[in-house]
Amino acid sequence: MSYKNVIQTINKKFPEALVNECENKGQREITLAKSQFYETMRVLQENPDLPYDLLIDILGIDYTPRTPRFDLVYVLLSTKDFSRLIVRLKAEEGEEIPSVSSIWHSADWAEREVYDLMGIPFSDHPDLKRILTWKNFEGHPLRKDFPLEGKDFDKPFDPETIEDYT
Amino acid sequence: MAESKKMYLNMGPHHPATHGVLRIELELEGETIVNATPRIGYLHRGIEKLAENRNYQQIIPLTDRLDYASASANNMGYCVTVEKLMGIEVPKRAQYLRVIMAELARIMGHHLWIGTHALDIGAMSVVFYAFRDREMIMDINEEVAGYRLTPTFFRIGGVAHDATPKFIEMVRDFVKWFPKGLDGYHKLLTENKIWTTRTMDIGTISAEEAVNYGFTGPSLRGSGVAYDLRKAFPYSSYDDFDFQIPVGDKGDVYDRYLVRMEEFSQSLKIIDQAIENLPEGPVTVDNPWISNPELDEVQKDISALIRRFMIHVKGPVAPEAEVYHAVEGAKGELGFYLVGDGSEHPYRLKIRSPCFYLASALPRLMIGHMVADAIAIIGSIDVVLGEIDR
Repeated sequence: MSYKNVIQTINKKFPEALVNECENKGQREITLAKSQFYETMRVLQENPDLPYDLLIDILGIDYTPRTPRFDLVYVLLSTKDFSRLIVRLKAEEGEEIPSVSSIWHSADWAEREVYDLMGIPFSDHPDLKRILTWKNFEGHPLRKDFPLEGKDFDKPFDPETIEDYT
Repeated sequence: MAESKKMYLNMGPHHPATHGVLRIELELEGETIVNATPRIGYLHRGIEKLAENRNYQQIIPLTDRLDYASASANNMGYCVTVEKLMGIEVPKRAQYLRVIMAELARIMGHHLWIGTHALDIGAMSVVFYAFRDREMIMDINEEVAGYRLTPTFFRIGGVAHDATPKFIEMVRDFVKWFPKGLDGYHKLLTENKIWTTRTMDIGTISAEEAVNYGFTGPSLRGSGVAYDLRKAFPYSSYDDFDFQIPVGDKGDVYDRYLVRMEEFSQSLKIIDQAIENLPEGPVTVDNPWISNPELDEVQKDISALIRRFMIHVKGPVAPEAEVYHAVEGAKGELGFYLVGDGSEHPYRLKIRSPCFYLASALPRLMIGHMVADAIAIIGSIDVVLGEIDR
């Protein structure tokens, strides 16, 4: 089993990286610690046994009021045998997570989206800006404390107030 | 000779060739693109946030508005994910009907792609032929669901109602007619000298790079990776059907064109098999929390009336669990990451949109080409902004 080899390689190289490994509804899932997170992700992408070379998606889940507040979920796929792996990382509010955009290009926009909508910053990201909302937008819409409707809900939308990136 | 100066050109967001409200800032040297920055978000409606405040059935119409060019394919993705989360097994007839609708939607999406892609490059007449055939699918949608573009025919646990004999007849007519229509597109484009000159060796991307950029669907297969979710993770009885995955080898605009053209006939093949082998039986799951009681029963039986009321005001409840499931949308891997918290609303719904990642690779594909090629490249990756911005 090459998946087992991958786990063994990680355990051998970074004994403290792997926090948990389980199977959830037929889906392989691992939880990583923040220390050595970047290096572990690089092993997942580069190892010759089962390279997880396609980063499908990154998403944040807000579990407020739990601490750590966020779950970051990376969905990976190996084009070798088309198997998926879900990588989970717990993040405090405001805590910087190492960016993986130098490993997978697709992480570039995905991390920007997580930053924009969930407010999780990434360190070493080449261009960490809001992507779906605009520069002077306040708040992070997908956080649980961001209201679906608010006091300025009925206010007319004024495009003149919007500042955009140049 | 005068010193060359960089020029900045703003393309979009209302440019007809950007297929929606995509804005690209181009940095030009003469007519060559030296840098491109896509800007998105003009169509952001907050579907993910809205979904957290709707019940599971009410989210289905929202998913129609993701990739509005092939709406039923999105319904498929969402419904299959919710059913996986709730552990529901959909009846075989409903699965087949879903396959027919999803494949018709894929063809519909590809019709819009071929029409506009050719129109952008300058082959004006293709769009008329494509829209003539697309109209037939619209009529089928109207017959089965009452809506033409966004049918919302799917429900959690099955489909809205059984297919009428007229629907089956219309689908058969389409399957019989469409090979001729497709032949017409091939005659207009495939060996057309202008078309091949405009598309060959433009926007080339290798398989390795395409994977790294998060390509999926026809755009990835154009680069030679045979990744199709209908084969890799069969859902909704796709393993019952016999079909091939077309792949390209160079990964340029022309290869992506050929892959999509072949997908037309493969989808048609699936529809043909599904409609001819359509099993008998119910079209919704037999689960009192999910399926509506018969209207006849509602009028006679108070408990059936209460049940119907509860289904409509409360909706089905999902367990505390997380699931990721993806289907092959018209543009690529359309994934839904769903977190249930034991209530009737999802705690979190993340939509993995294939176009989002395709659009992020636009600078990589465009740099070094001419402005006119930029149009061909945008057309070839087939972005729909409803799905990028969500």
